[in-house]
Amino acid sequence: MKRLIAILSLALLPFAGIASEGPALENANIDLRDQASLQRGAKYFVNYCMGCHSIKFFRYERMQDFGLTKEQIKENLLFDKSKKVGAVMDINLPAAAAAEWFGTAPPDLSLTARRRHGGGDWIYTYLKGFYKDDSRPFGVNNTIFPNVGMPHVLVELQGVQEAEIETDEHGNKHVKSLKVVEPGKLSPEEYDQVARDLANFLTWVSEPVKLKRQQLGIWVMIFLAIFFVVSYLLKKEYWKDVH
Amino acid sequence: MSRLIEWIDERYPLTKVWREHLAEYYAPKNFNFWYFFGSLAMLVLVNQIVTGIWLTMNYKPDANLAFGSVEYIMRDVNWGWLIRYLHSTGASFFFIVIYLHMFRGLIYGSYRKPRELLWIIGVIIYLAMMATAFFGYLLPWGQMSYWGAQVIVNLFAAIPVIGDDLSVWIRGDYVISDATLNRFFAFHYLLPFILAALVFIHIVALHKVGSNNPDGIEIKKGPKGNRWSPDAPADGIPFHPYYTVKDIMGVAGFLIVFLAVVFFMPEMGGFFLEHPNFEPANPLKTPEHIAPVWYFTPFYAMLRAVPSFAGTQVWGVLVMGASIVILFFLPWLDKSPVKSIRYKGPIFKIMITLFVIDFLVLGYLGMKPATPGRTLVAQIGTIYYFFFFLAMPIYSKIDKTKPVPERVTQ
Repeated sequence: MKRLIAILSLALLPFAGIASEGPALENANIDLRDQASLQRGAKYFVNYCMGCHSIKFFRYERMQDFGLTKEQIKENLLFDKSKKVGAVMDINLPAAAAAEWFGTAPPDLSLTARRRHGGGDWIYTYLKGFYKDDSRPFGVNNTIFPNVGMPHVLVELQGVQEAEIETDEHGNKHVKSLKVVEPGKLSPEEYDQVARDLANFLTWVSEPVKLKRQQLGIWVMIFLAIFFVVSYLLKKEYWKDVH
Repeated sequence: MSRLIEWIDERYPLTKVWREHLAEYYAPKNFNFWYFFGSLAMLVLVNQIVTGIWLTMNYKPDANLAFGSVEYIMRDVNWGWLIRYLHSTGASFFFIVIYLHMFRGLIYGSYRKPRELLWIIGVIIYLAMMATAFFGYLLPWGQMSYWGAQVIVNLFAAIPVIGDDLSVWIRGDYVISDATLNRFFAFHYLLPFILAALVFIHIVALHKVGSNNPDGIEIKKGPKGNRWSPDAPADGIPFHPYYTVKDIMGVAGFLIVFLAVVFFMPEMGGFFLEHPNFEPANPLKTPEHIAPVWYFTPFYAMLRAVPSFAGTQVWGVLVMGASIVILFFLPWLDKSPVKSIRYKGPIFKIMITLFVIDFLVLGYLGMKPATPGRTLVAQIGTIYYFFFFLAMPIYSKIDKTKPVPERVTQ
């Protein structure tokens, strides 16, 4: 048994290694039960993001899952009135033209929270990480996505940030800290909340069934625990005459 | 009912098969924890086939549609997410279970005479499994699917003279493309049934020679006579009901672990479902780091550890191939007078412990980008992997063994 434990703990070694990779992310406190946050996130998404980014695997009507009614969705979030509420949230931006404008076509964001290490925390950190950089086509750069092709769409909310850059012993430049130099419409705390709501929403979108999956999993575990006990007792009963 | 069975028995050996393979198949009574994994491997194979067939009902093997069809299954197909997670998690658990099953064979000498052929069929099953997993991994058509397949198929291109043509022949194109996806899908659907047939042959071979046990004692050679039959081995018990009820308990225990992953961590931190695979395949964008799924990484580490010389990289491919092929020879490499680790000496115990550590370290290195330091460790690891097998005829002979008892111990 001791050996077994030793083997199992060794098997977990590589897991420890990978988890620590990548730049430091800020904790977004993703909470898929926070329906108000998810609803605000949906609102910000259709207003600020959906001009360029689709979430083409997600249907408008699935927003009912976090507390909205079909009518609310149709009236407030579905701008193209020719679309039905069961439609997927795709966009009409021609990818080829967009690639010319931005250097690369804005990606679909349905799975971004699963694509990126850190998930919602990555999105949160990314949305907070834009800073002024005049060498870039849109005048901004990003801390965790260097030289990203995207302009700072939320600049009117956050304001303009400037970065303090430090150079390490290898000559690589790192962003040491960020500071708002021209305030936007929101205070830093309010902007953090916007970024968190968007990260929360996109985390939901990346796997809409997640909460249901976990809730169901608890019942499955309870069933299996009982089943295990029963099967153990059955085995014991059958085996009592084996010596 | 009994008349119906009589009717069948006159035309098909139903009762005979039931007796010979279950009710009157005598297995050693001292199986321990390690003996669950054979039946569990069959359970996982059935899970893969059943969930796989149901996935096929909505999956589209088309380069333009494949990625979207998987997301369609995950979101719009009723219970599609569960079927898909059972399949994706099942793939990883298949390898976990099989690695533990092989390790069991390794420590108890289950490959020794008269079970050489049983072991060889097992290694063929393992090869068929690897092929199935490789073909299947392309199907979601994510970035890692695409580039992983690109890297593996390019291995064949390293073969001198015919390599380039061979790799084009495998892909059906000059790069991984729709043509590749279609043929991989065809093979991914076919191979599991071949796998099932191989498992059948594996069990036929097992029932011919009888199961080994943690003591490595041939119960058939021991005294005869037990409660059920005067000619059956004294240390044997009928497979049914004793091991059927025990295996049901094993299944329950396994499902707790397996379904905990399915329901609470289907990505397993990026090990079972890799992060880059949530981005559709893009032939123009190479990921910064390409690594195979965890169950292939020990072999991938050995592949990368071998430097190219004489103007070709084929040596790494050969070493990787040899690392599997050497398993076929294991029955003849072990010269120890005893089978089980329980009666083997300290040299084997040290060698096997190092081997397990080596395999895990290689698996870890295969996931990480290569650095000079890591490559050196991988080279040492590769040498040890082969040393474990190639030096076995020597160390298994000189190792101090303990006397093997007549009867199995509990």
